[in-house]
Amino acid sequence: MSLREQWVAFLTILVKEIRRFTRIWPQTLLPPAITMTLYFVIFGNLIGSRIGDMGGFDYMQYIVPGLIMMSVIQNSYGNVVSSFFSTKFQHSIEEMLVSPMSPVVILGGYIAGGIARGLAVGAIVTVLALFFTDLSLVHAGVTLLVVVLTAMLFSLAGFINAVFARNFDDISIIPTFVLTPLTYLGGVFYSIELLPEFWRGVTLLNPVVYMVNSFRYGILGVSDVNVGLSLLAIFGFTVVLFLVALGLLRRGTGIRH
Amino acid sequence: MTALSIRHLTKTYKNGVQALRDISLDVHKGDFFALLGPNGAGKSTTIGIVSSLVNKSGGEVTIFGHSLDSARELAKKKVGVVPQEFNFNQFEKVFDIVVTQAGFYGIPAGPAKVAAEKYLRRLGLWEKRDNQARELSGGMKRRLMIARALVHEPELLILDEPTAGVDIELRRSMWEFLTELNRQGKTIILTTHYLEEAESLCRHIAIIDHGTIVENTDMKSLLEKLQVETFILDLAGAVSAAPVLNGFTVRLRDARTLEVDVPKSEPLNDVFTQLASQDIAVMSMRNKANRLEELFLRLVERNLDSEVPA
Ligand SMILES: Nc1ncnc2c1ncn2[C@@H]1O[C@H](COP(=O)(O)OP(=O)(O)O)[C@@H](O)[C@H]1O
Ligand SMILES: [Mg+2]
Repeated sequence: MSLREQWVAFLTILVKEIRRFTRIWPQTLLPPAITMTLYFVIFGNLIGSRIGDMGGFDYMQYIVPGLIMMSVIQNSYGNVVSSFFSTKFQHSIEEMLVSPMSPVVILGGYIAGGIARGLAVGAIVTVLALFFTDLSLVHAGVTLLVVVLTAMLFSLAGFINAVFARNFDDISIIPTFVLTPLTYLGGVFYSIELLPEFWRGVTLLNPVVYMVNSFRYGILGVSDVNVGLSLLAIFGFTVVLFLVALGLLRRGTGIRH
Repeated sequence: MTALSIRHLTKTYKNGVQALRDISLDVHKGDFFALLGPNGAGKSTTIGIVSSLVNKSGGEVTIFGHSLDSARELAKKKVGVVPQEFNFNQFEKVFDIVVTQAGFYGIPAGPAKVAAEKYLRRLGLWEKRDNQARELSGGMKRRLMIARALVHEPELLILDEPTAGVDIELRRSMWEFLTELNRQGKTIILTTHYLEEAESLCRHIAIIDHGTIVENTDMKSLLEKLQVETFILDLAGAVSAAPVLNGFTVRLRDARTLEVDVPKSEPLNDVFTQLASQDIAVMSMRNKANRLEELFLRLVERNLDSEVPA
């Protein structure tokens, strides 16, 4: 296929993915909007006003970047894992396998779809947050870079999950037992400076900490960790997962007999 | 020009099932080719490999001169596949399914929509274009897969049991459509377990059973072959050459054994009358086991079992 044809094929997948998550918006866009609004009301307004400052900001402002990031992570992962798995499940993956599209294009299309959903939900949550608090944007470049890289990283993770999944249970195990704890313990609701020495060390093993803090740095200008190193680490993880996912797709793991 | 060339193709599935044991066949450009065989013979496996859905274990597949090993992209562009099982997203709209497939081949939205409309109209699905695929009847779903397989204008169209579960009337209109496509120059391969279907559509036929090609010939020779029964005759005394019998082919197996081909339309008595007039006495006679014949008996029995009421 020529480069132009590959581009058309890539856009075809991306448009299909966007059409999918907008068509089923009550399952994809609405739930994070409701959940995050509840977080804002309860933690931000009701409880937050009693907590006082965190990292030099009022509590509501402090948790907004983390909550945006949490939605991006859950939704980019969720989009790719459920879309690619149902493509496998309905066998419509064969439509792609018979075509001359290269594995890079297929993977790229799904990842772009996951990023699109992550960013769409991130934008919705940001707009909702603005009803509750003011937000600045201290480092726009860092903010954008970290949110896109994170969405990409979790889209890739969702893709790999879908490749190995054999039934619908397999696509909810990782989000429930791995993703949720990692994000809740990933410095969304508190500065890790508050933790005792030991737990701070443990927390630093959690990759989500670096994403949340880099993103918070982009918006508020404060971070518990070194932002440059964090970005580098996220980028490194993304490259590794990309190569793993591509290898699986090339070999046809879980999709070709 | 060879549209499809298969050489020494083998496939062993992970569970150890040997689905294909060294298959070779050629389909020429412009041909209408049937791959006939009972359930589990290896038809879908063969098509799966040709359409890149199944990894082969050994052998080579070439499509219009492009090897699947060295030029898979070029080969893939030449083929359109209609699989045996429905494999589209049931919740997508008919029109979107076809246009999206074109996109996967790198065809931009504009021309993709034109091609999709052309084939949806020809297959009588244009009125259903905005329906979700799951709302279609079985026959319509199959036609949707045909439109989808044609949208990138492949030169070779492969259909895996296209008329299974389709009622007689629809079957006829599908046959007409395929014949028309073939007349316009597309090479068509279809798998079936109905001899009747192969007979009324196809010029060449390969018969596959237990992962091997049992027969690969033109339709006319096959039908002639099926019209002949072979008997083995044990003689009372030795003969030096095969006797010449009017209307029957005779071969000498050894000095005391003859093989006689008897067309089903001819009475067996003629054989004995003619032999008697040449002073040749027959002591015993048996039917020569004929793999093709046995296979057909099985096919026919199966079809009787599974015939869908129209
Ligand atoms: N995915 C698979 N895994 C294991 N065995 C399979 C698979 N697909 C088909 N087979 C086996 O391979 C043989 C050939 O099957 P298939 O190609 O579907 O035959 P046909 O299409 O002629 O009915 C059968 O014995 C079948 O059970
Ligand atoms: Mg089959």
